[in-house]
Amino acid sequence: MGIIELKNVSLSFEEQQILFELSMDFWEGHIHAVVGPNGAGKSTLAHTIMGLPDYRSHSGDILFDGKSIKELSIDERAKLGITLAWQEPARFNGIKVREFIRRAADKSSGTKSPEEVMNMLGLDPGRYLDRDVDTTLSGGERKRIELASIVAMHPKVVLMDEPDSGVDIDAIQSIFHVLEWLKDHGTTVIMITHSGEVLKHADHAFLLCNGALVDKGTVEQLSSYFERKCVPCTHKNVPDEEALV
Amino acid sequence: MSKQSAQTQTAIDRLLSTINMHSHSFDDGTAHVEIHGNQVLNTTLVPGLKVEAQETSRGVDVDILVEAGTVIEQPVYFCFGMLENGLQHIRMNVRFGTRAKAHFISHCSFSNATQVEHIMDANIHLEPGAEYRYFERHVHSMDSGIKVIPKAKVQLDESSRFATEFELIKGRVGLIDIDYEAECGPHSVLELLSRISGRQDDVIKIREAGNLYGEYSRGVLTSNIAVRNQAQAVIYNELTATAEGAVGHVDCNEIVQDEAQAKAIPIVDVRHPKAHVTHEAAIGSVDSKQLQTLMSRGLSEDEAVEMIIQGLLRK
Repeated sequence: MGIIELKNVSLSFEEQQILFELSMDFWEGHIHAVVGPNGAGKSTLAHTIMGLPDYRSHSGDILFDGKSIKELSIDERAKLGITLAWQEPARFNGIKVREFIRRAADKSSGTKSPEEVMNMLGLDPGRYLDRDVDTTLSGGERKRIELASIVAMHPKVVLMDEPDSGVDIDAIQSIFHVLEWLKDHGTTVIMITHSGEVLKHADHAFLLCNGALVDKGTVEQLSSYFERKCVPCTHKNVPDEEALV
Repeated sequence: MSKQSAQTQTAIDRLLSTINMHSHSFDDGTAHVEIHGNQVLNTTLVPGLKVEAQETSRGVDVDILVEAGTVIEQPVYFCFGMLENGLQHIRMNVRFGTRAKAHFISHCSFSNATQVEHIMDANIHLEPGAEYRYFERHVHSMDSGIKVIPKAKVQLDESSRFATEFELIKGRVGLIDIDYEAECGPHSVLELLSRISGRQDDVIKIREAGNLYGEYSRGVLTSNIAVRNQAQAVIYNELTATAEGAVGHVDCNEIVQDEAQAKAIPIVDVRHPKAHVTHEAAIGSVDSKQLQTLMSRGLSEDEAVEMIIQGLLRK
């Protein structure tokens, strides 16, 4: 039994089906990668698990620690220890980095100070903590600050949507360091990625295509996806029966 | 200490306590002026700063001069207040001499009163090279009977700078009706910023107009407003550019919650091919990604909305 379990989760927007009867287990304290081409439903999957308002009308069920969280709001899920790092983090006018990190820690069991988590992400606290989380920061800086807030929160489950996007080569090492830290401290990581390099840090991988789970297994097994980049297939939003796991 | 001066000192301390200050908050080198209703309680000045205040039946007439070449390093504090109900009409003439520089911090405290009308009519003249930074913070009670009507006409001579920041984020607005007009000479800089939070049936009206008639003059008008419940806000920001190199920007951000209403009416009037004025307005509910990010850290929806609004109002 995983800490997060999906039971036949399907989701449609305006009569178009986006997720097809997904059943997936995410094991506690492991790093899981979800890979697949653009439009496969990877981010939708993360948003659905987090319970974002537009993604609540799914069928099937989502369990956390064996109990359904289908009816829970975002903050109720967060209070259980589930959180989300966006592919493109939000900008906050007038909110300092220090406050942004501290508020995440205040609502959780996290014990690390803003200074400590910034150092973990390779960001000089003296240079960043009193700046606003706004457009004066680059996308990569905001990405790392968002991860700093997540480390401060010390969640049980973190959904990471493309943790490396917009981050330069030097900074990516600090993100890998955070992934290992989260795993070592019992956090389950579910990360959406297009990067073979990021995939190497996962324990398990799932391959989505057109909203359906088409493969799962070890990182080595799923690495072939990156070599073949998903062999062109004929289905479009209606996966071939034989493609479904 | 005479009986009268003891009473005055008590009145000053009562007034300053409403803004969490005390007469001992100021060191010897800091100028400060306290006005309660139509009474001038205190004027403590520094070299180069002249303040003449005349009590009238409706309020106070104040003439302020910062002499040419004077640079006042410490902020100059003004406290206008009314601890009881009534009218306070301040007529103010401010003149900064050539290359004079000062930063004024003004607190307007109506934290105990329930029915107050505070009218400010100001004429401000900045001579060449002068620099006047003016921060005005209002502290109101939670009653809706407060009316604040500040009007100012500002003349910026060549290479002068006027930067003002108006803040009303604690207590009820009641009615606020701001009307600032500025004439901007060559190479002058105008910056007007308002940060106001309205709730229940508060009414916020802002009209700010800058005429960039001087070559290479610059103007930025910024309004950051949050309204909730049934509060209403109407913001008119107007920049006219008629000279070569004049550059301006109008920026209006309004967060609207509940049944509140907000309007932004930016007017950009450019009459020279080498002038450039832009405007930007964002009005609406709290940004959903901001909200969802904070909620995914465990904040309730109300806590997240409040944090976002306070951020906007601090900006």
